[in-house]
Amino acid sequence: MNSTLLRHKGWTWGFRTTVLLYFLILIVLPIAGVYVNSLSDGWTAFVQNIGDPIAWKAVLLTLKLALTATIINALVGTMAAWVLVRYEFPGKSLLNSIVDLPFALPTAVGGLMILVLLGPNSIVGKAAASVGLDLVFHQPAIIVAMVFVTFPFVIRAIQPLLEELDRSAEEASYTLGASRTRTFFHVILPAMVPGILSGAMLAFSRALAEFGAVVLVAGNIPGRTLTASVYIFGEVESDNEAGAAAVSILLLTLSFIILWLINLVQTRRMSR
Amino acid sequence: MRRLWITLTWLVFSILILIPLVVLTTGAFDEGGAGFVQALSRPEALHALMMTGLIVLVVTALNGIFGIMMGIYLVRGTWLSRKLRQLFNSIVDLPYAVSPVIGGLMIVLLLGPDTVIGTFFEQIGFKVVYAFPGMVIATLFVTFPLMVREVMPVLQEIGTDQEEAASTLGAYSWRTFWQVTWPSIRWAVIYGTILTVARSLGEFGAVLVVSGNIINKTQTATTLVYQDMENFNVTAANGVALVLAVFSIGLLLLMERAKKRKEVL
Repeated sequence: MNSTLLRHKGWTWGFRTTVLLYFLILIVLPIAGVYVNSLSDGWTAFVQNIGDPIAWKAVLLTLKLALTATIINALVGTMAAWVLVRYEFPGKSLLNSIVDLPFALPTAVGGLMILVLLGPNSIVGKAAASVGLDLVFHQPAIIVAMVFVTFPFVIRAIQPLLEELDRSAEEASYTLGASRTRTFFHVILPAMVPGILSGAMLAFSRALAEFGAVVLVAGNIPGRTLTASVYIFGEVESDNEAGAAAVSILLLTLSFIILWLINLVQTRRMSR
Repeated sequence: MRRLWITLTWLVFSILILIPLVVLTTGAFDEGGAGFVQALSRPEALHALMMTGLIVLVVTALNGIFGIMMGIYLVRGTWLSRKLRQLFNSIVDLPYAVSPVIGGLMIVLLLGPDTVIGTFFEQIGFKVVYAFPGMVIATLFVTFPLMVREVMPVLQEIGTDQEEAASTLGAYSWRTFWQVTWPSIRWAVIYGTILTVARSLGEFGAVLVVSGNIINKTQTATTLVYQDMENFNVTAANGVALVLAVFSIGLLLLMERAKKRKEVL
């Protein structure tokens, strides 16, 4: 065998192994590690950690707030995507560019912006306080933080679908005498639904996991303002890694199921 | 109707994005330009910005190279079985589903001072957790999918015809890569790089857990913002956050340009 060929093969083999090892050690090992770690002390220890009322209340609260934020984003995002694709108006290209800003901004900066905007010394905060409503360090601010961070998902999922939508179906509907509302609900909305769904699921999983924006505006009242990610952080800080790991795998498993569902929706759409 | 929808959209964008940006900017200059300069010239602020810069540099370089290679292997690696490639392909997305805090916790559980690996590294005088290497690993974990996901669709789209032609004509595989593959994935790589820079610049949760947020040692720009806020040092927090925001907006503008170039191809 030719020696240069041999050397070339050695290089190729070494390169492939390095890349795969990097991938496995960096991604697979840590995820497997957290599961092994929290289940290694047996089921009873795991159940005990999860059974801590502070822990499961934090998870439930996170689910509730993330769901609220997702519904808000599904509605607002559908509207914004529609306006950005179908209408011409001053400032359209500006709005279209800043849709992605919540993705580009560090989440801590996002949280800070909401804190400063809604804080007790701000105009909004004072107005809310005068009618007896607390924003910051309470649920409204957490929802706003989640909405902010996940804002682009639904819009970006619907926009391409609306752009592709065949106008002739819509025009046919008008010619057949259907009203605007009827056409919207029978022709246009069905075309947007896959985008709304996959965008909303992405937003939901991101809202569940969000930490940076939330930690700045969340309080720490169990069951009221303590979200799961903030709880995990607190447990790590107080050296209760087992408790943190138990809630982590609960949250992780949930996110993985959502990710799997999104994949399912997307592959089904592609195969159609 | 149409008027109403446009006004509502403007309203949502203003309340959620534009007004907060304005408030952040005015907040940074609350005590005038001097206050802003002072917030940034604190030794801990300079150190934090330097840490962030270093992390961005190392992470972008590593995940850039390994991300491109992983993308190529997942699309073109016939030496891996189809099933295995599908499995790896779905694993690549997992960091998206992992909360940053959990990402940080994973590193602590695996490499922390109480673990076997952590003790080993400590004995040879190499601190991982609560030090720079741990922060880099945490950020690598969080940003890994970005480059892979940018490169893969382009590779799938261009197909293998040109590469095969080049190989049968006897071109060396590295030459095939540089002369055939690289020109077509170039803009995707640039786009992926910008995304990775933006994400590692702003990474907060994972870094906060792994670094321990030690001032002048392991503090990054985002964790400094957090600490300033905890200390009710609002003007300083706004100042550092404004610097981060300006960088992010710059990267966003770059992304817009890269996207246009990518579409032209």
